[in-house]
Amino acid sequence: MTVEQISVFIENKSGRLAEVTQALGDNGINIRTLSLADTSDFGILRLIVDKTDLAKDVLKKHGFTVSKTTVVAVEVPDHPAGLASILKILDTGKVNVEYMYAFVERCGGNAVIIFRFDDHKTAIDTLLKNKVNVLQGERVYNM
Amino acid sequence: MKPSVSTKIWDRDNECMPREQLEILQLERLQQTLERVNNHVPCYKNKFSALQISSKDVQSLDDLSKLPFTTKEDLRLNYPYGMFAVPMRDVVRIHSSSGTTGKPTVVGYTRNDLNTWTQLAARFMTAAGVTPDDIVHIAFGYGLFTGAFGLHYGAEEIGASVIPISSGNTDKQIMIMQDYLSSALVCTPSYALTLADRMEKQGIDPHRLSLKVGLFGGEPWSEAMRCEIEKRLGVVATDNYGLSEVMGPGIAGECQYQCGMHIFEDHFIAEIIDPETGEVLPSGSVGELVLTSITKEAFPIIRYRTRDITRLDYGPCACGRTHVRMMKTMGRSDDMLIIKGVNVFPTQIEEVLFQVEGCEPHYQLIVERSGTMDTLEVQVEVNERIFFDEMRKQRAFVDKLEKRLLSVLGVGAKVKLVEPSTIIRHEGKAKRVIDKRNS
Repeated sequence: MTVEQISVFIENKSGRLAEVTQALGDNGINIRTLSLADTSDFGILRLIVDKTDLAKDVLKKHGFTVSKTTVVAVEVPDHPAGLASILKILDTGKVNVEYMYAFVERCGGNAVIIFRFDDHKTAIDTLLKNKVNVLQGERVYNM
Repeated sequence: MKPSVSTKIWDRDNECMPREQLEILQLERLQQTLERVNNHVPCYKNKFSALQISSKDVQSLDDLSKLPFTTKEDLRLNYPYGMFAVPMRDVVRIHSSSGTTGKPTVVGYTRNDLNTWTQLAARFMTAAGVTPDDIVHIAFGYGLFTGAFGLHYGAEEIGASVIPISSGNTDKQIMIMQDYLSSALVCTPSYALTLADRMEKQGIDPHRLSLKVGLFGGEPWSEAMRCEIEKRLGVVATDNYGLSEVMGPGIAGECQYQCGMHIFEDHFIAEIIDPETGEVLPSGSVGELVLTSITKEAFPIIRYRTRDITRLDYGPCACGRTHVRMMKTMGRSDDMLIIKGVNVFPTQIEEVLFQVEGCEPHYQLIVERSGTMDTLEVQVEVNERIFFDEMRKQRAFVDKLEKRLLSVLGVGAKVKLVEPSTIIRHEGKAKRVIDKRNS
């Protein structure tokens, strides 16, 4: 029920993001969605791609520090308070969100949000119990 | 598994000489050396007469403090052969420093000097555990630098097999270590870690090689770095000390107790001075090491300011050697950074980086001045062990480093994480400090 994501350490200097995306492109890897968290010195680029292991190898060969992490893709109703209703459910399950970002594609009229939780198992159980749709990795990589 | 330690002493008569007897020998040899430099080296003759001192005024070892210091500048002013005390026809070898900061310094050896050097290298290599059964892999650069030759002679004298591979070409070094069964590794401590890095990258387990002992020198290194090298390369990592102006490696070396390096006092006299005032400090103080050679023929040196900061321990050592022990050098008095009035040594920063879990010593210090304030930035290369996907954890790691640095140094430092391979790697000595305050 989880999705694999790769995280890349990037210094805040010009051309680094271009280098990451070019390296992926040159190897036929398609980026499904991404988010960048940054401070004044460095950033953490998080990517969901169609070929996770290949992307990790390619970036390591280009000298980047890369790690693979697990996240959860959740279908969220695309109307006012849609996200609020999901967060409320998570709150009742006592699950903390480390970070989250939105997916570019929609899934049958619904938005898709990527979550990193402190406890994935509890989070997924809570969501499923409340009839919230959690997407399979394969589905997300090929959206 | 650590191999058993060495208890063999190469030259028991001299290395274990009772101190009273040792001091008589030192004074006699010192007086002879002073007599010779006064007669044959104009630089010393002029310095002595300027202070109205003659070699006859030195009647005890304490009188040594009356004599003037010799500095690297003196050696440069007398470039190339002005400090030699014998005619060139008696000199059989010339070595010299790299000269990265001006004219190099040139040193010479007579046949007897080379013999002494060989014997002293055999002493510390035996103390480190090298035996006739060892295959000694010498990854110091062969050339004008004294490091490689000193250990080369020592190893041959012991009867070990020497691989004079020299420095550079890390992949080839590893191949030879695997195929030729190198059991003793000689290089700088930072290069030992470069080798470990490369082996890990190639999927080679260093513990499966034949290496059992490492003899590291040429730059200051911390106890934490020793642990790291021992863990990653599976060797007993030993320290030794030397500098080309005094002789090269073979001035001091560790015994199996690793509680400081025994200075071979039948050939050298050691003092500790205050680097600012030049005053001799009481026994046990931390300060700059000053060395006088008392047996060298071609290039005797009187009260040479080594710029190395250390401490001497005259207490008895369990190994039975009577020679004084110098602690690991804490840095160079000219590497010492004064930041906001606080003395900071790069080795202190290295120690902190090691202590914080998994952090390797790929770092660089940038010192700048904004207005009248000094700033210290520590750049640390990120690797997978210290990279967290969550910003909160990544920030916490930086905060932890900054807090530790503040408590150890007594002055604040900003930690900046940089991408791998940003900091230039050196196969020899590492340049750790970039001081932009005077540029």
